[in-house]
Amino acid sequence: MSKVISTMAGNVWKILVSVGDQIEEGQNVVILESMKMEIHIAAEKSGTVREIKINESEFVNEGDVLIELE
Amino acid sequence: MFKKILIANRGEIAVRIMRTCRLMGISTVGIYSEADKNAPHIKMADEAYLVGGPRVNESYLNIDKILEIAKETGTEAIHPGYGLLAENAAFASKCEEAGLVFIGPRPEVIARMGSKIESRKTMMQAGVLVVPGLTYPLPDADEAVKVVEEMGYPAMLKASAGGGGIGMQIVNNEAELRQAFASNQKRATDFFGDGAMYVEKYLENPRHIEIQILADNQGNTLYLWERECSIQRRHQKVVEEAPSSFIDEITRQKMGEAAVKAAKSIGYSNAGTIEFLVDSHKNFYFLEMNTRLQVEHPVTEVITGLDLVEQQIKIASGQTLDLSQADLQRQGHAIEVRIYAEDPKTFFPSPGKITKLVLPEGSEVRHELGVEEESQVTPFYDPLIAKLTVKGSNRDEAITNLQKALADYQIEGIKTNIPMLREVAAHQAFRDGDTTTNFVAKYLK
Repeated sequence: MSKVISTMAGNVWKILVSVGDQIEEGQNVVILESMKMEIHIAAEKSGTVREIKINESEFVNEGDVLIELE
Repeated sequence: MFKKILIANRGEIAVRIMRTCRLMGISTVGIYSEADKNAPHIKMADEAYLVGGPRVNESYLNIDKILEIAKETGTEAIHPGYGLLAENAAFASKCEEAGLVFIGPRPEVIARMGSKIESRKTMMQAGVLVVPGLTYPLPDADEAVKVVEEMGYPAMLKASAGGGGIGMQIVNNEAELRQAFASNQKRATDFFGDGAMYVEKYLENPRHIEIQILADNQGNTLYLWERECSIQRRHQKVVEEAPSSFIDEITRQKMGEAAVKAAKSIGYSNAGTIEFLVDSHKNFYFLEMNTRLQVEHPVTEVITGLDLVEQQIKIASGQTLDLSQADLQRQGHAIEVRIYAEDPKTFFPSPGKITKLVLPEGSEVRHELGVEEESQVTPFYDPLIAKLTVKGSNRDEAITNLQKALADYQIEGIKTNIPMLREVAAHQAFRDGDTTTNFVAKYLK
């Protein structure tokens, strides 16, 4: 199992994937908004989306787990 | 004169406005969100009130709550700063309805110039040349493609309600235009509540030169010369200076007079800025008008010796301008750099805690700060945390002073664009005055 982690504090703007989706390494899975800028978060490893730990408009801190892949 | 003013803003501009209020003996009311509980502007205010949660729409855009605080505190006037509610015509109207003075122009004027599309139409009617492009909103991407095919690429796609560089993008072909239309419309809707889009012809390597105007409620209107703001990243200004080393005295006067004509044609009052794009032949085209104080107003204050916030407050209290165009003098050269909490190369935001803050000192240096040591820079607001303005008796001296000041500016705990600013200040192209909106892409590694 691998985790997609937030690279900085911000608000979850868009979740680009759903549970069960097959993700490639480097694929953008979440877009955060921080200080009025869009931050794309990419998966570091490929896998299948097992769980989405956050909701759109939620606030996340640097290091928070956004998505779990298997 | 007002006895009490509420500053409906945060960060460096709230501090700056309060400083003038203090000098004028006016009591200040500050507002803050939960994220700004320990912010400098709160400590500076004579009284301060929590207005809501960290997100702007819960707090700094919460009109009803702000007006409630204003009424309960016996506030007489509200200064909106820049951004946030500064160009919100509905807010200005509600202030009036509540018996409060909004420090700025009338609501109808704000509304008219707040839409870039409407303002272009208004300027054309007033006989001011505008940047070639549309004066109606594009219904969809298909129409955008049709228009741009006729006009020619490259084009600048823009959100009519945009600001701070958001919602605008240069497009070079149909595929880019279609993708940009969707994403920028969404961004505009999310940030400004209005997804109207239009296009302008992209002028090659233009200079962004804007004119500061000041008008009282009786229609007396002056221009306080220009500011050159071409060095930008993400279409947001980073370095601004006054005067411009590119335009000559004749162009300066023509632009000033065009700005005054434009302002008078809409019955403008209080401080405002008319932004122009200037091509390599010194032709200037109206871009948009900002019906408020600008971030970069300090460079104008430094070369004219005027306090623009003081002028705003006096005008709002009903005073006639005690200056005339002939009286105005300017001296020396001023450069302001914006310090953003971001990575100096990627420009990605860098929220976090400021563990060290050491500022350069000297009579040629002026600071505006929205933070202090131990401040937490949160992700909820614009990344601007401070401004540094330096002056010199001429541009070369100002640049040398800028380099010295930046070398002594220390911020630790977060990333800032100070390394990028140092690179700009040291660059020969900057010295040479080769400052167009292409500067960052062209000259910085």
